[in-house]
Amino acid sequence: MVQMRTMEVMVGAFMAAGFVALFFLAMQVSNLSSLAGGDGYQVTARFDNIGGLKVRSPVAMAGVRIGRVAGISFDNTTYEAIVTMQIDSSYNTIPDDTFAKIYTAGLLGEQYIGLDPGGSEEYLTDGGKISLTQSALVLEEIIGQFLFSKAEEGGGDE
Amino acid sequence: MEPLARLGRIGIASLERLGRGHLLLLHIFSGITDLITRPRLLVAQLHSVGVLSMLIITVSGLFVGMVLGLQGFYILSQFGAEETLGVMVAASLVRELGPVVTALLFAGRAGSALTAEIGLMKATEQLSGLEMMAVDPIKRILTPRFMAGLLSMPLLAAMFSAIGVIGGHFVGVGLLGVDEGAYWSQMQAKIDLHEDIYNGVIKSIVFGFVCTWIALFQGHDCVPTSEGVSRATTRTVVHSALAILCLDFVLTALMFGE
Repeated sequence: MVQMRTMEVMVGAFMAAGFVALFFLAMQVSNLSSLAGGDGYQVTARFDNIGGLKVRSPVAMAGVRIGRVAGISFDNTTYEAIVTMQIDSSYNTIPDDTFAKIYTAGLLGEQYIGLDPGGSEEYLTDGGKISLTQSALVLEEIIGQFLFSKAEEGGGDE
Repeated sequence: MEPLARLGRIGIASLERLGRGHLLLLHIFSGITDLITRPRLLVAQLHSVGVLSMLIITVSGLFVGMVLGLQGFYILSQFGAEETLGVMVAASLVRELGPVVTALLFAGRAGSALTAEIGLMKATEQLSGLEMMAVDPIKRILTPRFMAGLLSMPLLAAMFSAIGVIGGHFVGVGLLGVDEGAYWSQMQAKIDLHEDIYNGVIKSIVFGFVCTWIALFQGHDCVPTSEGVSRATTRTVVHSALAILCLDFVLTALMFGE
């Protein structure tokens, strides 16, 4: 009987250790903790080109992650991308003339939305729109422009 | 004519084995209702299948994580990307190494023991003895072992991955000087709960199912002699390893292939 008891305790410890490990993986290793609930508010912004932005890409202000991209859709009439951002509810004092840009983290890193605060006294609320946006920099376009300007310079010299 | 006949014999024999394996599985499942009323049988098997495998799993996990830390640091530092060491260690553990290595160790540690135990029970006619007493040996002996294997595998794989991440942290942050914050934050930013961790858990459940099934079938189907038991034990390890690696490819293609 005693042996059965110790066996039960050990099995209990085994199961507990397994669940602790699963919990550790979920909380410490994955992005569950930074996802924490669906609370917060949503704002939308329109971009001409979103480059490689994806759903769940970070939304950052001054380099600090304050939310995530919740959805990306395409407007059939204006041919623009509509990006819905989920901002954490604790960051509720973002001016409504904030400027949204799509940046790339590092040379080859993932793309994220960077918000530069404006000077307005009005704050963004749920369903708000960010009207000042700048598209993602597409490397091919930049190289194309660079070559074009080089060619023009060359033409001017002659 | 003779080679053709031999090929046919092999085909029929393997198909027959496959059929017997599935019938055994059905029989094992039919014992689950009886098992619910007698959870003690399950506890005893969880002990021998799960608890006793814990040591080898945790120690291997620690060392695999530490090796990943060393190797990953060596490669990543050539690109100046040491900060992503956490992502590399965690992704490779959670997606692949955790489920696969745990399943291979599980087949070697627990699977072979199950086959040998049941094979010996058959060889010493304990299974027939149970049948004589109107106790269904499959429901009484095999079902608890099957459920214990199915339950233990995901827990063991989770332990393996968790300990491996800590081992990688020990080497990367403790010995090689990767930034501690970067190790965790990059990991949390890149490892997705559904994409990576759930899929890893699903893999480990599938492997646990297949490993335990193979072990029990080989034990139950063995030739009841000492040689037969030894052959069945070898077959358990070989078949389990092959099944794990093949299934891993299929599951990876289904889960992570676009």
